[in-house]
Amino acid sequence: MEATLRQTWAFLFRGYHITRRYIGWVIVFNFYALVTSATVALIGVAANDYQLTLTLVVGALLWNYLSWLYNEIAMSIAYERWEGTLEYTFMAPVARSVHLLGVSLFSLLNSILTSTVVLVGLMLFTNLNLRGANLFGVFVVLAVSTMAFVGLGLFAAVFPVMSAERGAEATHIFQGSLLLVSGVYYRIDVLPAWMQPLSALSPATYTLSACRKLFGVGNSNSTAEHLAGAPLSAVSHELLVLALMGAILLPLGLFAFVRIEAWAKKTGKLKRTG
Amino acid sequence: MQQPAIEVRNLRKSFRKRSGFRKKSELWAVDDVSFSVAQGETYGLLGPNGSGKSSLIRILSTLLIADSGYVRLLDYTLPEQQEQVRRIIGRVSVDAAFYKKLSARENLLYTALLYGQNARQAEHRVIEILEQLGMEGTKFSTPLEEMSRGMQQKISIARALMINPPLLLLDEPTTGLDPKSRRDVQSFLEQQQRREGTTILLTTHDMAEAERLCSRIGFLARGKLVAEGTPAELMRRSGAATLDDAFITLTGEELKPSTDYAEVNL
Repeated sequence: MEATLRQTWAFLFRGYHITRRYIGWVIVFNFYALVTSATVALIGVAANDYQLTLTLVVGALLWNYLSWLYNEIAMSIAYERWEGTLEYTFMAPVARSVHLLGVSLFSLLNSILTSTVVLVGLMLFTNLNLRGANLFGVFVVLAVSTMAFVGLGLFAAVFPVMSAERGAEATHIFQGSLLLVSGVYYRIDVLPAWMQPLSALSPATYTLSACRKLFGVGNSNSTAEHLAGAPLSAVSHELLVLALMGAILLPLGLFAFVRIEAWAKKTGKLKRTG
Repeated sequence: MQQPAIEVRNLRKSFRKRSGFRKKSELWAVDDVSFSVAQGETYGLLGPNGSGKSSLIRILSTLLIADSGYVRLLDYTLPEQQEQVRRIIGRVSVDAAFYKKLSARENLLYTALLYGQNARQAEHRVIEILEQLGMEGTKFSTPLEEMSRGMQQKISIARALMINPPLLLLDEPTTGLDPKSRRDVQSFLEQQQRREGTTILLTTHDMAEAERLCSRIGFLARGKLVAEGTPAELMRRSGAATLDDAFITLTGEELKPSTDYAEVNL
C-alpha cells in the first residue's frame, strides 16, 4: 500500500516539477484560455443579454475544465514519447492503473487551477451575478462528469502509444469533435440533423445541460440580479447518464490502454521516435 | 549447480516491414538465439548496427514481446512474469532518456518513487553512486539539458543502479562518451560486479571494452548468435590476433559504432 502511494505520488511529483520548469508556458496557456473565454463571453455582454452571457460563460468555463482534463491525460503519454521516457515508465514495476491514476490526478489539479483562473477572469469581464445559482449542484455534476472525461482521456491516450507523431494529432481531432457536437456555446438543435445524434454520445453534452439548469439559464424566473438555479433533483437524468458513462468509460479506457500497450510491445512500436 | 541468471533459448523476433504497395516483408531481428549468463558474470554481445543487440535487450527488459523461445531471468520467465522481472532489472540504453528540463535529483527521485522506494534513502544511494562515477555533488541540481552526454549517461547508470538490481542490462552504455568518462563508467561497472555480484549483460561496439569487462562474449550478426566464448577462445577459434579480426572472420562483417541515436533497433 505504501509503495502504491509512493508510485501515485511519483506522477504528481513529476508533474509539479515539469510545471515549475515550464512556468512561462503555463502562464501563456492560462492567459490564452482566459482571453479566448473572455472574447466568447463578451459576445453576450455586447448583446446586452445576461442569459446569453451566462450561457457562454458556463460553456467557456466547463469546456476549459473538461477539455484541459482530457487533454492533459491524453497528451501525458505523447510528452513521454517525445522525451523518450515512456520505455522507462513501462519498465518500472508500477501497475498501469496506478500509473494512469497518478497522471489523472495531476491533470485534475491542473484543470481545477486553469478553470479557477478562467472563472475569476470571466467574473471581472462580465460582471455576472451568480446569486441564486446552485453552485453545490454544479460541483456534484462536475465531480461525476470528471470520471467520464478521465475515461475519455485514457481512451485518447492510446493514440500516442500507437504512434508518437499521429497519436497527438488524433487526440486533438477527437477533442475538436467533442467541442463541435456537445453544445458548448450553442444549442444542439442548431447542428445539422445528421450530426445531432452524435451529441448524445458526448459526456460534455450532459454536463453542460445539467450545469446550465443549475445556473438558471433558460429559467424564466432568473433575473440579472438573482438567478433561479434548479435543484439537483432536476438534473437527475443527466447525473445518471454521466455516472453510467463514467462507469463504462473508465474501465474501458484502462482496458484499451493495456491492450494497446501489449500490441505495441509485440510490434516494436514503443521504441523512441521523437 | 547454481542456475544461470539469464537463460535464453531459441529466441525469435521478427518485424513486418512494408515494402511497396500492399506488400509486407518479414525481417528477423532475433533469429533462434540461445545463450546463458551465470550469476555474477559479465557477458558481452557484440554486433554491428541492426544485428539484433537492442531487440534482445528490449525483450529482456519487458519492452518487446518475442515471437517464440524461452527467456528466464533468475526465477522468472518472460513474457509471463513481467511484473516480477521489472523488479530485478536495471537498464541503461544508448540514449539517456530523461526529462531534460528537470534536474538530475528530480529525475532520480521520480524514478525512486516509481519503484515505490523511500525518496530520502534513494537520494543517499544515488549520491554515493554518482561520487563513485566521478561526478560532483553540485551537479545534482543541474537540469539534465545543461549536462554533457557523459554526465547524462552517468546519471542514467545511477538510475539503473538506484534500485540495486541483481541484473543489469547495458545497451551500449559508453557509446559517445569521452575517454575519461568511458574509463569512469568501466571502472564503476567492474567495482559494482565485484562488490554486489551483479550480473551484467552488455552490448557494445568497443572491442577493448568487451575484452576488459566481459568474461564471455557472443558475436551477433543478422539476428543470429554466430559465435560465443571467452575473448581468448574466440581469437583461437578464428586464428585471429585481435578480437576485432576474430569478429570479422567469424561473422563476415565489420563492427561500426553507432553514429547517432537513430539506429534502427532490430
